Amino acid sequence: MHQKTLVELSAALGRGEFSSEELTRACLARVAALDGQLNSFITVTGEQALSAARAADRRIQAGEAGTLTGIPFAHKDIFCTEGVRTSCGSRMLDNFVAPYDATVTRRLKDAGAVMIGKTNMDEFAMGSSNETSYYGPVKNPWDTAAVPGGSSGGSAAAVAARLVPVATGTDTGGSIRQPAALCGITGIKPTYGRVSRYGMIAFASSLDQGGPFARTAEDAAVMLAAMAGFDPRDSTSVDRPVDDYRAGLSDSLRGLRIGLPKEYFGAGLDGGVAAVIEAALAEYQRLGATLVDISLPNTALSVPAYYVVAPAECSSNLSRFDGVRYGYRAENPRDLEDLYKRSRGEGFGAEVKRRIMIGTYALSAGYYDAYYLKAQQVRRLIREDFLRAFERVDVIMGPTSPGVAFRLGEKADDPVTMYLSDIYTIAVNLAGLPGMSIPAGFAAGLPVGLQLIGNYFEEGRLLAVGHQYQQVTDWHLRCPQGFA
Amino acid sequence: MALEAAQVEKIAHLARLGIDADAIPDYARNLSAILAFVEQLNRVDTTGVEPLAHPLEATQRLRPDVVTEPNEREKFLRNAPLTEDGLYLVPRVIE
Repeated sequence: MHQKTLVELSAALGRGEFSSEELTRACLARVAALDGQLNSFITVTGEQALSAARAADRRIQAGEAGTLTGIPFAHKDIFCTEGVRTSCGSRMLDNFVAPYDATVTRRLKDAGAVMIGKTNMDEFAMGSSNETSYYGPVKNPWDTAAVPGGSSGGSAAAVAARLVPVATGTDTGGSIRQPAALCGITGIKPTYGRVSRYGMIAFASSLDQGGPFARTAEDAAVMLAAMAGFDPRDSTSVDRPVDDYRAGLSDSLRGLRIGLPKEYFGAGLDGGVAAVIEAALAEYQRLGATLVDISLPNTALSVPAYYVVAPAECSSNLSRFDGVRYGYRAENPRDLEDLYKRSRGEGFGAEVKRRIMIGTYALSAGYYDAYYLKAQQVRRLIREDFLRAFERVDVIMGPTSPGVAFRLGEKADDPVTMYLSDIYTIAVNLAGLPGMSIPAGFAAGLPVGLQLIGNYFEEGRLLAVGHQYQQVTDWHLRCPQGFA
Repeated sequence: MALEAAQVEKIAHLARLGIDADAIPDYARNLSAILAFVEQLNRVDTTGVEPLAHPLEATQRLRPDVVTEPNEREKFLRNAPLTEDGLYLVPRVIE
């Protein structure tokens, strides 16, 4: 049952081969048996899941089911879930029970999807390895001495290990695409504004976007269709109809122009990863696509620009955690300032504190122009690079990450080295474009992700381009040993 | 740009972050490395480039000024560490 895709499970539920309750019990049993090796869940919501599954079964019997009705999923612990702890991977919110549902949570509930738990993540989504979580690191199912990537590492590991067919994630600088690549699954970050941020705990508001993880592009299309759409409660939500992603999956790739940015294939790219990407591109040529050399000249500046913009927005967003209204509060404060400082000092981990301080510095009097405005100017140059490229090509491809999953602890003490592991994903967030990672092979025994970048609101095209590749390859079907 | 310990303390104070004294050298080293890294931005001439604040250059959408949320005071107060009579409690501010 656990090897079936969402679409296959949905068909089986419709035929009555098994009930959602049976399916949900099977997922919960796998989590109980296997997640000790991975630490991919922070909270498992067994009782609520079974009750949601029984409600889904009634819907199915009444003939009122959609594709997601009765399908178990794992929810990144950054999305608020009414009545269920929403920790964001932080001690600060270890005791926080969300008083309302995020719009994404609400949409998935309305579709009849069954949440079985909240997944582990880097603290406040700040990290590329899942090692900054207050709840301990997540392990990669392909090699439990390696990281799953981050920040949505728990969701990626849970899908890769077949604990759940699909999961949610968020992507501020690569936090869906990079863990999807490192865990050998499919993940898509939509255009900024496509998925509501309401109730999705904010890290960097001009960059954050929610999106799904799945094993196949087809399953990701079903999930994204449910998650996406205009939300009046998010002032940056885009009021534009959601495409029928599944209907377009079979569109032919004949004549598709694929841009290859030379900056994504230069120094710093692992040779084994490069070979896998070359092979995937050759497969696309066989499918009728043509390859076009392009340049995104400001790529190298994307990581420095990001590490001004994202910390600046984070320092502002995280000022709400004050030890007064919700979250962690230090004991026996001497006075109000001591209450603020110790609640925040004890409630936040080291990486979060580093980013708050970088942001505070970049926004402080006398430095604002030199850092924040400068970074926003560079951000425009990065966006213009992409707009020029999309005049000549339909989709951009390259590696998702410069290497395969690294060892736990390998980069944990060196923030700048860690930041550079997102060199191919960050520019996409700065420009607000949709990006996707699909499994394309292995290097040194670990999965390699192929990144697809589309023009604004071309999620449907990315999903089709991913789906077509998955019709002629089987990398997305490979399962880590011990989880088959 | 290398930060001194005193600058780290000042930034931590501005951000209302309590930092252990023995952790300050580590923060000074890491924050200096990050700032040195972002200095690369100065390599590109951005004269006349309009800063980009929103990837789609959208402006804030306004909604009609009407009440849309019910009062859920009790529900929200349940997450507070310390309350009394429907109010949040903090240490005495005015002596």
